[in-house]
Amino acid sequence: MTQSIRPVEAEPESRFDAVQFLARYAAPLFLLLLVIVFAVLEPRFLHPLNILNVLRQVSISGLIAIGMTFVILTAGIDLSVGSLLALAGLVGAYVSKGGLADRFAIGAGEVTGNPVWMAAAAAIAIGLIGGAIQGAAITRLKVPPFVVTLGGLTAFRGAALLFSGGGPISGFEPDFSWWGQGRIGTVPVPVIIFFAAAIIAHLVLRYTAFGKHVYATGGNERAAALNGVPTRGIILGVYIISGFFCGLAGFLLAARLNSAEAVAGSGLELTVIAAVVIGGTSLFGGVGTILGTVIGALLIGVLTNGLVLLNVSSFIQQIVIGVILVAAVALDQYAAGRRAAR
Amino acid sequence: MTDPVLEFSGISKHFGAIHALDDIDLTLGRGEVIGLMGDNGAGKSTLVKIIAGNFQPSHGRIRLNGREIRFADSKDARDHGIEVVYQDLALCDNLTAADNVFLGREIRRRIGPLRVLDYRAMSRRATELFAELQSETRPGDVVRMMSGGQRQAVAIARTRLAESEIVLMDEPTAAISVRQVAQVLDLIRRLRDSGVTVVLISHRMPDVFTVADRLVVLRRGRKVADKPIGDSSPEEATGLITGAIETA
Repeated sequence: MTQSIRPVEAEPESRFDAVQFLARYAAPLFLLLLVIVFAVLEPRFLHPLNILNVLRQVSISGLIAIGMTFVILTAGIDLSVGSLLALAGLVGAYVSKGGLADRFAIGAGEVTGNPVWMAAAAAIAIGLIGGAIQGAAITRLKVPPFVVTLGGLTAFRGAALLFSGGGPISGFEPDFSWWGQGRIGTVPVPVIIFFAAAIIAHLVLRYTAFGKHVYATGGNERAAALNGVPTRGIILGVYIISGFFCGLAGFLLAARLNSAEAVAGSGLELTVIAAVVIGGTSLFGGVGTILGTVIGALLIGVLTNGLVLLNVSSFIQQIVIGVILVAAVALDQYAAGRRAAR
Repeated sequence: MTDPVLEFSGISKHFGAIHALDDIDLTLGRGEVIGLMGDNGAGKSTLVKIIAGNFQPSHGRIRLNGREIRFADSKDARDHGIEVVYQDLALCDNLTAADNVFLGREIRRRIGPLRVLDYRAMSRRATELFAELQSETRPGDVVRMMSGGQRQAVAIARTRLAESEIVLMDEPTAAISVRQVAQVLDLIRRLRDSGVTVVLISHRMPDVFTVADRLVVLRRGRKVADKPIGDSSPEEATGLITGAIETA
């Protein structure tokens, strides 16, 4: 009676399966294809300055996409990111200026304001608080993430408008603007921050118990809880992480534009979610990687940049991104269906 | 009976006016397989949840290895050597077998001030556990791709991680093929032979009468039978469950 348990199904793929390969590497392959096509059609595309420009454009939404990846891995969603970014950027700018008195003064040099680290800390603190409030509402009040963060989308935008009185806060000290406009060597500072954050986020997801619990919570929340995973804490945690990146990105965007305004980041949530999903993260949770998200963000950035260089209308850009988004998920579903049918 | 591991005396559980369990006395002996039977709503799952620490009893006392105890929650019960294999196995399909075995109790190692997952150690230990269970499940395989029997092996391997004394199995054979049922019953025997007490909750007469040492039947929150399996019969058990036979 010591018969052993043998797998009933055949051993997983021994032969090459083109559909599985395509589904798995669709995003990087398509990114590569885009780069080649744009390079052929428009030589300016591959110019180092243009490449760095693409990376800089990607870095702000890319940072938020990193936070969004954590959220979507738990089968959640954060629609509030654009609004929270705006509010955080304004608060950071406000702290930097030491108030609203000389909100338009450009490089006045008077030391009425606060040091840049305080401004950055304030922006990030707003992000953390915003994320914590939403995470608490989701875990304690049992309101679905979509609803909570839809509320956050309008509430944080309202708070930003209220806080700023509708107008921008602009003109910062050079040490503030450096964070958005400066370079280390030839590489823009936000790009370095983006890649550093991506590496850290990857390591956290792959090598910490917290990261494993994020995947477990998204895969099967009840099972995770039964096995002692503190799922409520995990869910709260991912919204705080998303808030952190909103705060950081809000600060960097204000520094890059040398201005913080209440309408900053409008519609950003859709770009960010598109980047995460194109990068292979499942909206149902439990599946996805930071590397995929980085590729998804780069893909959207390259596409937008290339089409601009080719003088393609921005309306068409939106159509193209929409089609790619749906195609990416459709390919995933098709591949998953074939896996299940085997 | 062998020496008692867990003793319930006068355990009751009320949910408002509903008496889910009424004055239950039950003793689980070491290395025993207890077949726990009863119709839907008889109180089986309430009893299991009390043993597993998910519920606290309204009345009554629990003694574990002779010492009176109260479990704060399921984690507390698990820390005291009580493991549960849930009916749906409570596996995360998106994770590997090893990830699932160690879920919530990951092995970590220090790198400077950081504590990172020790994949190698977890994979090694999972391989040992699957070998012990004579399952060919591989630690790196994703659970989504596994057969019912392999999934059972993962859920059972999880209970072997700590020095568990009691393993509760909720309908482990309800949703798997006939061949896999035999494999699961084998796994239960192996657990018993290594000194673990197994509580098998099942609707399936043949399984209970194949593997259990003792039969306990609940009906409407009361214990109506508690006897060695050899002194009973499937016919009697059916009668006890349905109420055709009052007690035995």
